[in-house]
Amino acid sequence: MARNGAVTWRRRTEKIESFDLSPSDTEEVHVLAVDDSHVDRKVIERLLRISSCKVTAVDSGRRALQFLGLDEEKESNGLDGLKVDLIITDYCMPGMTGYELLKKIKESSAFREIPVVIMSSENVLARIDRCLEEGAEDFIVKPVKLSDVKRIKDYMTRDFRVGERERGRGINKRKLRDSCDLSLSPPSILSSSSPSSQSQSPSLSPSILSATAPCSPSSLDSPTRRLKMTSSE
Amino acid sequence: MLGLAADRLRADMNRLLAFLFHQGILDEQFLQLQQLQDESSPNFVSEVVNIYFHESEKLLRNLRSLLMDREFLDYRKMGNHLNQFMGSSSSIGAKRVRNVCVAFRAASEHNNRAGCLTALELLEHEYCFLKNKLHELFQIQQQRVLATGVRYPM
Repeated sequence: MARNGAVTWRRRTEKIESFDLSPSDTEEVHVLAVDDSHVDRKVIERLLRISSCKVTAVDSGRRALQFLGLDEEKESNGLDGLKVDLIITDYCMPGMTGYELLKKIKESSAFREIPVVIMSSENVLARIDRCLEEGAEDFIVKPVKLSDVKRIKDYMTRDFRVGERERGRGINKRKLRDSCDLSLSPPSILSSSSPSSQSQSPSLSPSILSATAPCSPSSLDSPTRRLKMTSSE
Repeated sequence: MLGLAADRLRADMNRLLAFLFHQGILDEQFLQLQQLQDESSPNFVSEVVNIYFHESEKLLRNLRSLLMDREFLDYRKMGNHLNQFMGSSSSIGAKRVRNVCVAFRAASEHNNRAGCLTALELLEHEYCFLKNKLHELFQIQQQRVLATGVRYPM
């Protein structure tokens, strides 16, 4: 199975073999950022550029698929010359949500190996679980910070060096999340332990969280953000 | 002379920032934005903030026109606008504006028209206050640039 996500890695080794160590297009990671908010696009673009990534920012899932060449259910390997190494997308978007975009990417044989990171302003466990189960690499609670981008980049680089994708890609995050707020337990317990957030629609669930402003640290702080602070791997 | 002006401006700026943080008008996300400003992107913060102002004013206009509809109050659309407003406010560290959006959204989820009206007025007030303060901040920073050539670190 073609591993498009690992192309950058492969290209690097090819270059070394032929003693052509030009760093220009082998080192830089190309990220496709998807967010309908202009403010957020500007911020994520800057965060990525300052982290030495090439960025293409689009305002919808549809445009993201067009950029990848996946529009109109037509798969195409002919990209715009720039391979995409990572896709980072907002969850809540009009039209196609980030979750739907994630599914479309994972359903495509050409692009399913590209790591997808979801961003969301809502810290809803059920949502996080659903995305990780669908194959998302990571889930960032907004507002996105430099440390979030750095963590993703480090994670990506490590994956390339290891040279393979863990099939249960939610495992790392979930395991560390478990150790943060629950004892180590299988995923099924985690999803059933949050019945309240599952039965409520995304717009209602923060009625509990809203009083405590979900974006600021609380006991329900983003699992993935928290694991960043507690794990120093 | 120039040195004194520069010191005074820096003090003014720090005092204003301290006030804004202390009052909960801004939170650490604003600091994060400042850290992203450097010689390769010397106007980053004001660029983002200006996009925020532009978007916010559009959202506020939409919210007001939704609430002015006597026949049918589209609470769902209001919720969407509020989600957008909340998101962008949180992305620039506009904590108080964001918190008012949260309360506003709760009122709209309960189909509470009166509550929504109150929340909208409060939101407009908080937003205006924030805008004025940020303009003040950018003004001081501009003066600093003129006085010293220093734009960053902020």
